Amino acid sequence: MIDATELRRRTRELLAVQPPTRLPPPPSTEGPAGPPPSFAGTDRLDFLRARFDAGLAWVHYPEGLGGLGAPRSLQAVVDAELEAAGAPDNDPRRIGIGLGMAAPTILQYGTEEQKRRFLRPLWTGEEVWCQLFSEPGAGSDLAALGTRAVREGEDWVVDGQKVWTSSAHLARWAILIARTDPEVPKHQGITYFVCDMTDPGVEVRPLRQITGEAEFNEVFLTGVRIPDSHRLGEVGDGWRVAQTTLNNERVAIGGTRLPREGGMIGPVAKAWREHPELRTHDLHQRLLGLWVEAEVARLTGERLRQRLAVGQPGPEGAGMKLGFARLNQQISGLEVELLGADGLLYDDWTMRRPELVDFTGRDAGYRYLRSKGNSIEGGTSEVLLNIVAERVLGLPSEPRTDKDVAWKDLAR
Amino acid sequence: MEDPQPDLLYSEEEEALRAAVRDLLTDHCDAAGVISRIESDTPHDLALWKSLADGMGLAGLLVPEDRGGQGATHREAAVVLEELGRAVAPVPYLSSAVVATEALLACADGSADGEDVLASLASARRIGVLAVGLHTAPGASFATARAVDGVLHGELTGIADAAAADVLLVPADDGGLYAVEADAVTVTGQTSLDLTRPVATVVLDGARGRRLGDAEPAVRRALRAGAGLLASEQLGLAEWALTETVRYLKDRRQFNRPVGGFQALKHRLAQLWLEVVNLRAAARNAAAALSAGRDADVAVAVAQAYAGQVAVHAAEEALQLHAGIGMTWEHPVHLYLKRAKADSLAYGTAGAHREALAELVDLRAP
Repeated sequence: MIDATELRRRTRELLAVQPPTRLPPPPSTEGPAGPPPSFAGTDRLDFLRARFDAGLAWVHYPEGLGGLGAPRSLQAVVDAELEAAGAPDNDPRRIGIGLGMAAPTILQYGTEEQKRRFLRPLWTGEEVWCQLFSEPGAGSDLAALGTRAVREGEDWVVDGQKVWTSSAHLARWAILIARTDPEVPKHQGITYFVCDMTDPGVEVRPLRQITGEAEFNEVFLTGVRIPDSHRLGEVGDGWRVAQTTLNNERVAIGGTRLPREGGMIGPVAKAWREHPELRTHDLHQRLLGLWVEAEVARLTGERLRQRLAVGQPGPEGAGMKLGFARLNQQISGLEVELLGADGLLYDDWTMRRPELVDFTGRDAGYRYLRSKGNSIEGGTSEVLLNIVAERVLGLPSEPRTDKDVAWKDLAR
Repeated sequence: MEDPQPDLLYSEEEEALRAAVRDLLTDHCDAAGVISRIESDTPHDLALWKSLADGMGLAGLLVPEDRGGQGATHREAAVVLEELGRAVAPVPYLSSAVVATEALLACADGSADGEDVLASLASARRIGVLAVGLHTAPGASFATARAVDGVLHGELTGIADAAAADVLLVPADDGGLYAVEADAVTVTGQTSLDLTRPVATVVLDGARGRRLGDAEPAVRRALRAGAGLLASEQLGLAEWALTETVRYLKDRRQFNRPVGGFQALKHRLAQLWLEVVNLRAAARNAAAALSAGRDADVAVAVAQAYAGQVAVHAAEEALQLHAGIGMTWEHPVHLYLKRAKADSLAYGTAGAHREALAELVDLRAP
């Protein structure tokens, strides 16, 4: 088994053989610009490829697929070495869907050929991924989806509509679930595919939100031909495969470390300190209450992180998203009120297509509106509460009327 | 640079300690026994106290070995308090082994007298309590006795566990903290909301005391440790309420279904679980900060600004979701509700701790 010392050695070896280009210093604002500094190192993409090939991308993945079969917790050793050396990272936030959802699913269910084709450019960020799961009629009840995939020779022909697709306008590939058998109950007739977003049958339309931006898309699929070699898992087994994706989505939350006041409470606390004229007793009480809750939620996240680090993932993760969704909404709501007259203004309604959600780069009004999505995206708070009640506390599920009925016979 | 983040997990030794304490409490502190005891003349279970404090050596956890204790830390004491909270055990652990002990530890270079009292508390030969009202927050003012040439006069009320005490640590108006033998004062039990941690009035009528040190820093340190570790007791209490309620709702059937299968109730219990998870992080952080002596004021204030509402909410939900049986004297949920409500006042209310935070983290009032 590879240990921390060996990983450190291999990381240093990579740095020695492929010294990465360091980011140039910010341009000076005074005096004439000097000659551009020369950087003789490996360029960003070449470095990332070399890192993947050395098994230092995600050390818990198998050899040859960016990993070394080492314990997941040892990734931190590699990351710390590379960060200290100023090496470029693979911009994990920008490619989060591929990293967090597509990759673990491909690793578990993909063929050898699929793993070798998809994982490397996914990890380096050369190919962006999106997720074609939700539909206008299948949100919390995802298994109700109606997008059809019909077998024609070596291909599947897909028709339907997906919604809430982040990065669809940037993505090269998508993970897609579609109905391949309407004659069986809804969880059984679903199959999981990799969809080529450059296929002419794929149409991506921006979906403008209450913030004025279009982070998300609607995706219309018309006669999209997917070769059977791009199927993940067995025909009709797509629901089980999708569980892998969704479970990994939830694992991805809560792994990062926040300093005190590191979340949304930060800008409010700052405004409070800088603008004594805005203070009222009522706002003070509410601010202190939320400050305490934000600090406690931060500590819960830290405790979860510590448990993951010693290899005992706790059920806390299931609750983190619930807590932060409510807190973000309450804190940003307070912030708008705190601003008084300025709370009546909004920074910019221009329709934009951001690559990432930027909570800190915008004004309070944006935070207030965008955080309304926190209790909806990635599973509504109501569904997550059911999951906690049933899977963590072991309470019985409610009676269901859809389990043994063929999908085509369900009321819609 | 950010402060190093304290370890919020439990060590193997702490888990072993928890298991030992829980075993003992399972055998010797059942709810029916507590219910029958609380209305008697001896609400404290001194036999249980002897097993915990003397038999297991828990009274001296916070005291260094060279001063007669076990040389452990607040982290271990917190684990003990989680289990005592889970059992609403009527023993003076928090008052004697934490609060009075911390007051004595604050009288650092201590007189022989102080060391003597400290060692007697650590070895559980005697029980000591700090004669400051249980509701007092760490930074708040507190009532004092009148001192005339080392002889004390006055009346102090709301003193937790005074009825079980052998020695009282009394702050006096000359700025000193005095050790007073229990037989030199009159202790009168008050009718308490929480019968498992009863409060009493202490009347000093010319009682002789031995001055141990300055009252102000000793009381402040004692109340801070009490407030910080109380969060662990509240955690244990809330966990009991959640666990018992989940268990009951899986069994209890109405409308031909287990009641726990109704979404309205599931969501309430899931919400409560989330609060308990949060409280565990806050309580561990307070215990860790106290033991490391770093960031302790903020960590304790955060824990106490949060813990009270969770413990009370858990006990109130337990009562409501047990419905009729929850309103009876025979079901133990009332013990937990009374303890939870009293705990929400003990060592400062949530509001008092939020006010303290306003100063500590620079979020000042208008």
